[in-house]
Amino acid sequence: MSPSEIPEATAPTVTGPSASGPSASGPAASSGPSASGGPASSGVVGGASAATVTRAAPVRPSAGRHTVALFASELHLVFGRARTWVTLAVLAGVPVLVGVAIRLSGSEGGAEGFIGQIAGNGFFLIVASLGLSLPFFLPTAVTVVAGESLAGEASLGTLRNMLTAPAGRSRLLAAKMVALAVFCLSATMVIWVSGLIAGVALFPVGDVVLLSGTTVSLADGLLRAFGIAILVALSLLGLAGIGLFVSSLTSTPLAAMAATFGAFIVLGILGAIPQIDVIHPWLLMYGWTSFADLLRDPPYWDAIVRNLWIQAAYLAVFYAAAWARLTSRDING
Amino acid sequence: MTPGTAGADRPAPGAGSTDGSSSVNLAAGAVELPVITRGLTKRFRSGQVAVDEIDLEVPAGSIFGFLGPNGSGKTTTIRMLLGLITPTSGSVQLLGEPMPKAQLSVLPRVGALVEGPAFYPFWTGQANLLRFDAADRTADPRTRKLRAGEALERVGLSNAAGKKVRAYSLGMRQRLAIAVALMQRRDLLVLDEPTNGLDPQGTREVRSLIRELSGDGTTIFTSTHLRAEVEQLCTHAAVMSRGRIVRQSTMADLRSELRPRLVVRTPDPQQAEKTLTGLGLTGVRREGDMVEGDPGELPIDKLAAALVAADVRIHAFGLQHPSLEDAFVALTGEGFDVAE
Repeated sequence: MSPSEIPEATAPTVTGPSASGPSASGPAASSGPSASGGPASSGVVGGASAATVTRAAPVRPSAGRHTVALFASELHLVFGRARTWVTLAVLAGVPVLVGVAIRLSGSEGGAEGFIGQIAGNGFFLIVASLGLSLPFFLPTAVTVVAGESLAGEASLGTLRNMLTAPAGRSRLLAAKMVALAVFCLSATMVIWVSGLIAGVALFPVGDVVLLSGTTVSLADGLLRAFGIAILVALSLLGLAGIGLFVSSLTSTPLAAMAATFGAFIVLGILGAIPQIDVIHPWLLMYGWTSFADLLRDPPYWDAIVRNLWIQAAYLAVFYAAAWARLTSRDING
Repeated sequence: MTPGTAGADRPAPGAGSTDGSSSVNLAAGAVELPVITRGLTKRFRSGQVAVDEIDLEVPAGSIFGFLGPNGSGKTTTIRMLLGLITPTSGSVQLLGEPMPKAQLSVLPRVGALVEGPAFYPFWTGQANLLRFDAADRTADPRTRKLRAGEALERVGLSNAAGKKVRAYSLGMRQRLAIAVALMQRRDLLVLDEPTNGLDPQGTREVRSLIRELSGDGTTIFTSTHLRAEVEQLCTHAAVMSRGRIVRQSTMADLRSELRPRLVVRTPDPQQAEKTLTGLGLTGVRREGDMVEGDPGELPIDKLAAALVAADVRIHAFGLQHPSLEDAFVALTGEGFDVAE
C-alpha cells in the first residue's frame, strides 16, 4: 500500500535525511503498486515532514530551502519603484540646496552650529544635511515606504498571492522589515554621498575641527560622518517599526502613511510640552540629536547608546504587534 | 488505486459521498482525497455566517466543480482551504495535511487563483511571476526564469511577458494569474472563477488547459457560477447555496437524477391528465393546454397510443430533458447568475 496509509508509528520507513533526491528510497520502495505509474508517492498523511518528494518533478528539490530569494525580491519591490528613486533624489537634493544657498548668501551669514561651519569646510555639509533631514525629510520618506509595505500589498491583492505561494506570514514580515531597514540606510547614505560631492564642489575642504576642539584628518572626519549616517539610519528604525505595524492594520496605504506620520507628529508635540518632561526621555525622538556626539574626541557614547536602545525598544514592541496582527489576520482583500 | 484504509482514520464520509467514478484519472500514490473539510464554518464579525458546516471531499484526479450563485460562500471557502482566513470552526485537510498548520509544506504543491487576478501593475508580467515564485522556499531559483517562460507560453502570454501588467487587459491578467499557478508542477489546483473576464476564445483555451492539467494527474478544484463550465468540464460537483453544500456528487449521478419528463400539448388537457395519471405517471401537472409528468419506465409509444385511444387530440408530444440549470434552481432556489 502507499505510504499515505501507513500509520504514524511506522513512519520511520519514509523519514530520514533521504528526501534530497526525487527517487528517494523510502517512497519508491513503499509504493509497490505504482510500478507502472512511475510517479513516486508523497507520503503525507500523518505528516513526517521529510517525505515531501513530489511526483515526477526533478526540478523541485524537496530539501532545498531558498530563503534569500524572498528578501532579495522585497528589496526589488522597494527599489524597483520610481517612487523610491524620486524620494532618494529629493534627499540627495538637500545638501545641494543647502550648499547652494550658503554659497550664494556669502560666507559671513552668522549661522550657528554645523551650518555656520560649511562655508569654511565643505565637510560639514554632510553632517549639516543629515541633521537637517532628520526632523522631517527622512521621517516622511520612511513613513511612505513603511506605510506602503503591507497595506500596499493588501490593497493590490498581492498579499494573498504571497501567502499562498507560500511566503509564510512571519517570514514575509521579516523580509518587509529588512527591506525597510535597507531603505533607511540607503536614504542616509544618499545624503552622505551627495553632501560630500556638493561640499567638495562648492566649498574648500580640509582637516576637520571637532566639537571638542581637536583637529582630525579629512579621512577621519569622513569616517565619522559615515558613522553618523549609520546612526541616523538606525534612529529611523523605531519609526519604521511603527509604520510597519500601522501598515498591517489596514488595506489602504495612504491611511497607513497618514496614521504613521500622525503618530510621529504627536510624539513631536509631546516632546515639546515642558510639563510632561518626565516622559521625554522615553519618546522616540529624544535621542535623535545624539549623532553629533560622534564628532567629539573621544565620542560621547552614552547618549548614542541610549538612543539606540530606545529605537530597539520601539522597534521590538511594534514589530511584535505587527507580527501578532499579520499572523492572525484574515486576508479578505 | 484501491480505495484503501486511508479513509479509516478519517470521519465517515457525509451523505453526499463522492466515490471516484470510473472516468476519474487517479494518479498512483497520491492522497486519495486531496481536499477534505469537516464542519467547516466561517462566521464573520458582523455575525453573518458565510460558510455553514460544510463537508467537502474532492477525489484525487477529479475536476471538481464548486458551484453556487455569487455570494453563496464559495470564495470564503476557498480562502479557508488555502489558509488565508481562519475558520470559526471545523477543519481543512489539503493533500492529507491539516491546514493552516502545514501550509508551508503543503502550499508549494498547490496552485491557487483566489478571487480574481492581483498583481504589481508597475511590473512586467514576467517580473510578477518571478516574485511570487521567489516567495516559495522550495522553488529552485536556477530554473525560475525558465519556468516563468514556460508558464507564460502555456497561457499564451509570451508576447506580453515584458509588458507592464498595468497595460494588460482583464483577460490577460486572468491568464497571468493562471500562469502563477503553473510555475511549478502542482498536485492540486484551486481555481476561483478561472474563466472570469475571458472572451469565448480565452474561455475555451483555459478549459482545454484545465483538461490537459487534469490529464497529467493534477486534481482541479474550480469554483464557478457558470453552468456551461460545469457541464463541459467537471467530473464532480458540489453545489453551494447560502453557505451550505446542498448537493455533492459525480456529474454522472447528478445528470442521471435529471429524468426526462413527458410533455403533451392538447386541446383536451383535463382528459389527458386523467388518462396519464391512470396510466401510472407520477407528478402529473396541467397548465393551460400543456400536461406533463414523469413517465418513469413506461414506454413512450404506448403512452401516445393510450392517449389517442382515450380521444385526446395531440398537438405536440415529446420528452423534455431538464438542464443542469433546472437541477440547480431546484437545489438552490435560484438561477446560476443570480446575485444574492
